[in-house]
Amino acid sequence: MRFFNWTGLVCYAASVMLLSGPEQGLAQDYFADHRYTSEAIEAGSRVYVADCALCHGANGDGVDGVDIRRGSFRNARSDEDLRRVITTGVDNGRMPAFNLGAAELEGVIAYMRAGFDPEGVAVKVGDAARGQALFEGAGDCASCHRVHGRGPRTAPDLSEIGLVRTPAVLQRTLLDPSAALLPINRPIRAVTRGGETIQGRRLNEDTYTVQLIDSEQRLRSLVKADLVEYEVSLTPIMQPTTLSSDEVADLVGYLLSLKGLP
Amino acid sequence: MKTVPHTWLLALALTGLLAPHHLQAQATYDRILNASDEPENWLTYNGTYSSQRHSGLRQITAANVRELESKWVLQNQVFGAWQSNPIVVDGIMYVTQRPNDVMAVDPVTGRVFWVYRHTPSENARVCCGANNRGVAVLDDKVFMGTLDARLVAIDATNGRPLWDVEVADVNSAYSITMAPLVVKDKVIVGVGGGEYGIRGLVAAYDAETGEEAWRFYTIPGPGEPGHDTWDADDWEHGGASVWVTGSYDADLNLVYWGVGNPGPDWNPAQRPGDNLYSDSVIALDADTGELVWHFQFTPNDAYDYDSVQVPVLVDMEWNGVPSKLMMWANRNGYFYVLDRVTGEFLTGTPFVRVNWSSGLQENGRPIPTPQPAGSPTWPGNQGGTNWYPPSFSPRTGLFYLSAWEDYATIYRPEESVFTPGRAFLGGGFDVLTPTPGAPGVGVGRTSPINNWTDAVGHGSVIAIDPRTGEARWKFEQFDVSDGGMLTTASDLLFTGGREGHFHGLDARTGELLWKASLGGQIVMAPITYMVDGRQYVSVISGHTLVTFGLRD
Repeated sequence: MRFFNWTGLVCYAASVMLLSGPEQGLAQDYFADHRYTSEAIEAGSRVYVADCALCHGANGDGVDGVDIRRGSFRNARSDEDLRRVITTGVDNGRMPAFNLGAAELEGVIAYMRAGFDPEGVAVKVGDAARGQALFEGAGDCASCHRVHGRGPRTAPDLSEIGLVRTPAVLQRTLLDPSAALLPINRPIRAVTRGGETIQGRRLNEDTYTVQLIDSEQRLRSLVKADLVEYEVSLTPIMQPTTLSSDEVADLVGYLLSLKGLP
Repeated sequence: MKTVPHTWLLALALTGLLAPHHLQAQATYDRILNASDEPENWLTYNGTYSSQRHSGLRQITAANVRELESKWVLQNQVFGAWQSNPIVVDGIMYVTQRPNDVMAVDPVTGRVFWVYRHTPSENARVCCGANNRGVAVLDDKVFMGTLDARLVAIDATNGRPLWDVEVADVNSAYSITMAPLVVKDKVIVGVGGGEYGIRGLVAAYDAETGEEAWRFYTIPGPGEPGHDTWDADDWEHGGASVWVTGSYDADLNLVYWGVGNPGPDWNPAQRPGDNLYSDSVIALDADTGELVWHFQFTPNDAYDYDSVQVPVLVDMEWNGVPSKLMMWANRNGYFYVLDRVTGEFLTGTPFVRVNWSSGLQENGRPIPTPQPAGSPTWPGNQGGTNWYPPSFSPRTGLFYLSAWEDYATIYRPEESVFTPGRAFLGGGFDVLTPTPGAPGVGVGRTSPINNWTDAVGHGSVIAIDPRTGEARWKFEQFDVSDGGMLTTASDLLFTGGREGHFHGLDARTGELLWKASLGGQIVMAPITYMVDGRQYVSVISGHTLVTFGLRD
């Protein structure tokens, strides 16, 4: 049995269609707005070596409880937090204040967000509290996703998403869900011999059956031989976000803060 | 408890002598040579020396296959993929479990007579699991290769060791995972270690004493033909392992072995040349181990395309002439037919998508089309197929195999430094996924949830018409499959896959006639045998060996 693709679930706006492949020029520009430039990362590497590496080390893990390269900090989460810590210092001067120019400050944060990789992607990370407000409000995330026991189960539960996804992947998911949809999560549409139409998110599949959570949040297991239609969509229910660049950064900041049971 | 009168004991002893299935484990060479004459037994790894995995049994048919039921289950006590192939001789089954246990089992009830346990050296290194694929039998002995590269002979009746010899140095990461092949009075094995910079070999031992009879290195040394296909000292650690059981043609007195990848696996620039006899089939004189011919499938391999498939020997007409053929569905994605007398290439056709090569030259040498850095290569690293035994049915004239379709990987070659006993890989690879970072398909299945999905590859049973190389039919599965094949004289085909489904297909059409959900991955081929007039089919799924028979 072969499986055919199904794209009828979500109607794309024409402008969104252009985003289906991140390699396309327009999409690159679209992403660029949410990222630090490679020039900034490169400039930041020099700032880091000159001003930060003495204490934090070449790998960013020279200070207890801080692993800069992996985005693990004691007093900061968002880029704004980092700006504050760098320019004002913390812990009564154990981390001194640094008087950096605007470009230097942006560069060193870009270098950190790129994981110290000059070829890497440095995603902007905003404020988690503002991101949570967007998640539950204007971002329209909570209408499908569940966090810490609140919200529906139809889309994947995001309570631990900050542990399992990088900032770059989270940002890509928000901007271009089609390019980030994991194959297992692809939407299913099935019609039984009895005429029932079942839609939901795939949980597991084998040659003869498929397991899913349906739109009513019920676990269903379907035998393919009993279906008159069975379609797996490449297109997620989730639409590309229309939030601004700063709002996306805030949302990424919130998602990164979700690390399992509080 | 009652005592048994002595006259009864005498009577029992007499019936024991008379009943054929109590003539235990005297699997003489002549019987193995003519194994197809006694399909009630399964005397060697692939059933017969021709390795067709085709049984003459016909009690189970398309008409009654739906009446198959589980007769017994033997649970493996050790975690990890169970790849062992059982041998059945006169009412005794011999099967191995990890790491190096041999069990003698009643094939009617699944109860165990004895367990022989070899504890491999702590220094044993294997790339892909502590596998053992089974034993060989000859006369009153059972033979097992071990993870620490030893060959052990065991008394077939009481499970006690008789001799135990070193085949190669465990400290240099040599290992044995294959079932040995017995030919005449010799036991022949090859070694694994292609990911550790070994120098591969096949060696033969006197079955009675364990004394080494001959040894053939799969990488020619200085002064030997083919040595110039290696640069500098690359030959000393160039891999070319032999980890799957070969075949034997008694008329030609040739044993055939598939040879594994050159090392380091993924960086061909580090070992310029064709790298003979990696990724080749070699034909050796069974008495002396001398090389008679070879055919290389993938020169200077960049993709880990071990040619460790089972050489399937078929006698049939080729272009109107009765011919001695060898059929070979290779990990590199091509299906080959060779003349097994001379090694001459007759034909080769891709059975899955192939882009590392644009085709084969007249002599069978591939036309290489290496892909740009970062681009996917089809078939992917695990290959279009792999070590899982195929089958040829002389009744249908079709060749059956497990293929991985729509499966590609992106290679990252890097310079590797060789250190004896350490991994020598030359980089790495990623499975091509539709979404960056999505789960890929791995060497084995370790989760009940298939979260990689058919988006990264799926399995097919392909029935190839060897005359054309074309698929006569396909039976597709959602997950990939490492299931080997078994065909029968009643035109049934039994096979399974990683999903744990055990399938009974119509070998002529591919129609699914029967299936059983066994739950664990099937990573070997089924066997069939007959005891007391009843045909059984055994297959390993996950940690269970399940034996089916017709309902009483």
